[in-house]
Amino acid sequence: MTTSLMSDIYMFVLAILVGYEVITKVPSTLHTPLMSASNAIHGIVIIGAVITASQARTDAGYVLAFVAAFFAGMNVVGGYGLTDRMLQMFRKRPAPPAHDRTKELS
Amino acid sequence: MNAVTIAVDLAYLLAAAGFVVALHLMNSPATARKGSRLSWLGMIVAVAAALTSVIHGGTITTTGWIVLSVGGVGGAAAGLVMARRVKMTDVPQVVSIFNAVGGGAAALVAAGDFVRLAGDGGISGRVMIATVLDIIVGPVTFSGSLIAAGKLQGWVSSRPVVFPGARLITAALTVVGVGASCYLLAGHDSIAMLILVVCAALAFGVTMTMPIGGADMPVVVALLNSFTGIAVAIAGFVIDNGGLIIGGALVGASGGILTVLMARAMNRSVISVMLGGFGTGDSGPATGPAAVGAGASIRRISAEDAAIQLAYASKVIIVPGYGLAAAQAQHEAAELAALLQEHATVFFAIHPVAGRMPGHMNVLLAEANVPYTDLKEMDAANPEFPTADVALVVGANDVTNPAARRPGNPVSGMPILNVDQAKSVIVIKRSMGHGYAGIDNELYIDPKTGMFFSDAKSGLAEIIASVKALVAS
Repeated sequence: MTTSLMSDIYMFVLAILVGYEVITKVPSTLHTPLMSASNAIHGIVIIGAVITASQARTDAGYVLAFVAAFFAGMNVVGGYGLTDRMLQMFRKRPAPPAHDRTKELS
Repeated sequence: MNAVTIAVDLAYLLAAAGFVVALHLMNSPATARKGSRLSWLGMIVAVAAALTSVIHGGTITTTGWIVLSVGGVGGAAAGLVMARRVKMTDVPQVVSIFNAVGGGAAALVAAGDFVRLAGDGGISGRVMIATVLDIIVGPVTFSGSLIAAGKLQGWVSSRPVVFPGARLITAALTVVGVGASCYLLAGHDSIAMLILVVCAALAFGVTMTMPIGGADMPVVVALLNSFTGIAVAIAGFVIDNGGLIIGGALVGASGGILTVLMARAMNRSVISVMLGGFGTGDSGPATGPAAVGAGASIRRISAEDAAIQLAYASKVIIVPGYGLAAAQAQHEAAELAALLQEHATVFFAIHPVAGRMPGHMNVLLAEANVPYTDLKEMDAANPEFPTADVALVVGANDVTNPAARRPGNPVSGMPILNVDQAKSVIVIKRSMGHGYAGIDNELYIDPKTGMFFSDAKSGLAEIIASVKALVAS
């Protein structure tokens, strides 16, 4: 067993525990944006697509890299676009007395 | 390790830290958008680092650049259009499609690595194990998510599709997939076997999702979200990249938590959801006559009656359910709430499974300009019911059934909104039909409950008109 594999396993396990801690604190009001935001985060697979494209030398390799890049690009941009669109709808009371407004901006 | 490699690795670490902080900021609607932007920033840093590393390494061919940029930009454009255009009621389908492509991309990254190294025996044991896992989990997520999206969109029957021999096919696919996987794990780097595993996994994703009913989709979408995260993390093991491992693990945890929360709120176990076949409608006709029988003791009211009760109440709790989302009545609900707020305390009490994915109802109401401070979670709302003058239930059924507090029926133990504790109750519903649990709702025969039979959208519109007339006179 190599050190690199061990450190990969450490990262994986610790990230799951950190994820558990952080995500249990998200209120159910935000569960849909949360799922969309985590959707966007797994768009990190685009790094894998970049690396796959950089190593491709055969036709099969290029086809796999192309589809991977297409999927990952859709995942990243769509995920963040949708999350932001939903979150901007979550507002405080719209009828704005001036002092509430400043509180919201700070 | 040279300077560039170190800088690139630090950039991945920065991105991963950004993701964690971003998820932390999602603990309040006030900071959530900041979090989402931070996460986006982290993603840009990570992609810039990956490109820097590739340029520095100088291994990428011109064709590689073309493939990467055309594919990436094309996919990004498609994703952007979907994110911009989707109606808020259709968000679950789109989230499901993004799950599919994420899982698909993870499997392709692993397959790309395999195809490159196949033939010269250069695949180490660890890479082979990770690759095999990824070409199973990735394609299962891909086809499973597409079927789930199809069911949510109505392109695939949302009823549980069960046919004779389905279990046999699933079992056969499992045997083929596991057999071919073992062959690969034994150290044979055969591309034919890789394709066989991928095909078996794709078919398995279909047979796994088809028997699951539309009502269980919140659980399934959350579970597939978790699978995608795991697939991406495994891809990180294949190419030894910490960014993918951490990002994927965070999503795996998030999807896992939501799966368990949803299943608990629906009073189901994750296993029973996956086995499928629930709510096939078989129980509907059988208990139908009982519903008609109960109809004798219910109290029907009109829009005017409802409006009078609401107009003179000083505290109103609105309980929206799936029927409100299905009728797209969120704007009417928001308008009524705003109208009543001129003289009363009004808020929405939202059950975790209201809508078609976790937290979906909140997004629909936020879109209709309901401030998030008026959206209360079940635990916060329940103590408020005893002091409420009117609880207005719109298109919600099982989640308000007091029978859940007693053992011995299909909803026993299910967390419910304590609507029956309000001083009076108004239910807007199309008919006396059953919810997914297929049983009568005792709330409807409670003497303090008035039933207003109508579609959620037109019913609310009538009540708004009547309230306005009352206030004006």
